[in-house]
Amino acid sequence: MPYTEELKQLIKRVEATRPARVEKKRRGEEFPLLSLKERQNRLEKYHPDYKPGSRVELRVGPNKGYAIQPEMVQMLEAKSRINPDRIDLNKIDYETDVLIIGGGGAGTAAALTAQEAGARVMIATKLRHGDANTMMAEGGIQAATKGTKDSPYYHYLDVLGGGHFKNVPELVYTLVTEAPKVLAWLESLGCMFTKFPDGRLKSLHGGGTSRKRMHYAADITGAEIMRTLRDEARNRSDIKVLEFMPAVELILNELGHCAGAVLYNLETEEYFVVKAKAVILATGGSGRLHYQGFMTTNHYGATGDGVVLGYRAGLKICFLHTYQYHPTGIVFPEQAEGILITEKFRGAGANVLNIDGEQFVNEREPRDVESSCFIRECLEVKKGVPTPSGKVGIWLDSPMIDLLMGEGAVKREFPGKYILLKRFGIDISKEPMLVYPTLHYQNGGLEYNSKCETAIPGLYSSGEVSGGVHGENRLMGNSLLDVCVFGRIAGTNAAHYAKEGYQEGKLTLDHVRKYHKELEEAGIITDRIAPMLLPNYTNPKVRERQLTTHYLGTIR
Amino acid sequence: MDVEANKKEELVPIFIMGKRYEVPASLTIQKAMEYAGYQLIRGCGCRGGICGACGTVYRFPGSYKIEVGLACQTLVQPNMYLTQIPFFPATKSTYDIEKVKPNVETLVKHYPELLRCLQCNTCTKSCPMDIEVMDYIAAAMRGDITRLAELSFDCVMCGLCTSRCPAEICQYNIAILGRRLYGRYIAPKAEHLASMVKKVEQGKYEQMLRQLMDTDEETLKTLYSAREIEPEQAGEEWVPKDKTYL
Repeated sequence: MPYTEELKQLIKRVEATRPARVEKKRRGEEFPLLSLKERQNRLEKYHPDYKPGSRVELRVGPNKGYAIQPEMVQMLEAKSRINPDRIDLNKIDYETDVLIIGGGGAGTAAALTAQEAGARVMIATKLRHGDANTMMAEGGIQAATKGTKDSPYYHYLDVLGGGHFKNVPELVYTLVTEAPKVLAWLESLGCMFTKFPDGRLKSLHGGGTSRKRMHYAADITGAEIMRTLRDEARNRSDIKVLEFMPAVELILNELGHCAGAVLYNLETEEYFVVKAKAVILATGGSGRLHYQGFMTTNHYGATGDGVVLGYRAGLKICFLHTYQYHPTGIVFPEQAEGILITEKFRGAGANVLNIDGEQFVNEREPRDVESSCFIRECLEVKKGVPTPSGKVGIWLDSPMIDLLMGEGAVKREFPGKYILLKRFGIDISKEPMLVYPTLHYQNGGLEYNSKCETAIPGLYSSGEVSGGVHGENRLMGNSLLDVCVFGRIAGTNAAHYAKEGYQEGKLTLDHVRKYHKELEEAGIITDRIAPMLLPNYTNPKVRERQLTTHYLGTIR
Repeated sequence: MDVEANKKEELVPIFIMGKRYEVPASLTIQKAMEYAGYQLIRGCGCRGGICGACGTVYRFPGSYKIEVGLACQTLVQPNMYLTQIPFFPATKSTYDIEKVKPNVETLVKHYPELLRCLQCNTCTKSCPMDIEVMDYIAAAMRGDITRLAELSFDCVMCGLCTSRCPAEICQYNIAILGRRLYGRYIAPKAEHLASMVKKVEQGKYEQMLRQLMDTDEETLKTLYSAREIEPEQAGEEWVPKDKTYL
């Protein structure tokens, strides 16, 4: 829906301060950046992760005693969807060299390199191939590609500063040195990056970058990368894809190596056993767990499945005590709630403003800091913009971009968002957008190393399901990079392992039995099962009427 | 809709696959289906208008017109008769991107049905992204791959065009072939990228990075705070004062 009369009146205040702000921008005058100390202060006081009660200690598993978000604890302190006694591991339904769990950016990149290394590859994915957070990433992909002003050295420093210097150095090293190679790889696959007529890649700043190294394909960078990778995977006949077949449990063998997974057909409700020589977890994040009731930018299937599977099999988790809130999710119109407004708008010069049209923070702080400042402005300073449904937001002054970069720039550079909001009657080249922090990225996850190996031989991890490379906070443009860099590495190494490191052994689900026992011993008596697979947004009144007591077949 | 109406939560009738439900008027088709009680498996993906999982067609009583939209992006309207088309069979030709040539022969070899286009414009009318589908198909027939790529860039590959094409063309797969041909062969190469890859492979940054990896947190913080920041409004020609680590 278009802006209400009340909001239109408030927009006048934004318009009143705009000419002066545009002039300032042109002169290169910026709202001062916070010092590291001030950043810490804002985080501790206003970031949702630091709120009392926002972290609960795990009572079971390899990280017993580690305090993370209660919604994730609930997933980890839950039973398997299956009774291991009822799964016959002698009956193999599928056999492959490399099984990849997850068909997003990391999984698909892994499939390509594993296939190139000579492996038979199978991707098992919960929804359709490519339905993933990668598809939704908008702003860009970081890489130091312009040697006259940038290098992996500066990229490294930026990543560390964003992650509060807690990142795992070896992983960051791999990320920044592989970055230019990944860009070149994508270019050779035919990704349509936005370029100057001479072929130079256009690049912008993101929050926390010291050099403009955010490369992009208009404002649908992730979709462009995902559809290209998917098309390439479809060109290769020895990559098999099983859609609507999420993994619900890993299978180990008697040697303690990973040897496959149990898949679940969402439509026929059957379970299948896949035997594989190596397995890659690439299941993505968990915004659909709606931590602290926040809205999310994430894909429908982002329910943290891989963390559950890995943890149950004995892998440690790390950095899950932080979750990334993206500062700019749509808060009005209601229908578009939670949808991501790329950071690129701010990179292109759009200010963020309170109800009086005043700046209160530089628009390019790292995401966690920026979000904290938004929350402070709304909840403590009380200068947020009220929405008709009783929420509160901050203005993102997109019309500035047309003034700075020339008429038509918003439409040209942000076609996706321009069309989306135009459908709701809002012209973002003339009216600002109303935004608020929204759940965006799982900073942490399974422990792994720069070869994507985990503590379990034969089990690899890549992309958002893993933790360490981004420390406590990821910078914009480093997740598309992450999925490509570590997806490719996981694929290559898993294929080599399948060829040279694999050892045959009797399949087992004993780790599931053991985990169930541990739950019981910790006094956790629950019917809760995990992974959740899909969030339930069914009308609660309908749920009250869903009274089937026994299921016969698949009629429910 | 104004605040008052929101509070009252005005309900409107819609017909999901012919069956009547009453849903709040402020919802998208996707949220309305969930409100009605559906647990979506098919026909739901990013919920943000970019993945193409939720292509939907609908009609109003008494109207001949077939309307289209993405369920996650389209508001319900009273008395709409709707169904999702979460999947539609499509032809997908396989090819080796290293070996194909960026010309009309490639397009026609892989998708000969391209030449069957009747120019009826149904594809364009079926596109929830407002893409000029028929125009990019025309560009494809002319061998104008640049135009094909540009015009089809916003395609979410939902398949609604394909579901309605009387010539049985699979437009969106022709489009992605065109875009990949453009990106691979027609768009000028980024030379700075190739030269950076070379420098990385030669190990130019190896020592300085290894040194950073061994640096303690306090020193890192000092280095971080002292970084020279490229001004936001700086042009492509900007260079930093300190070139030690380039």
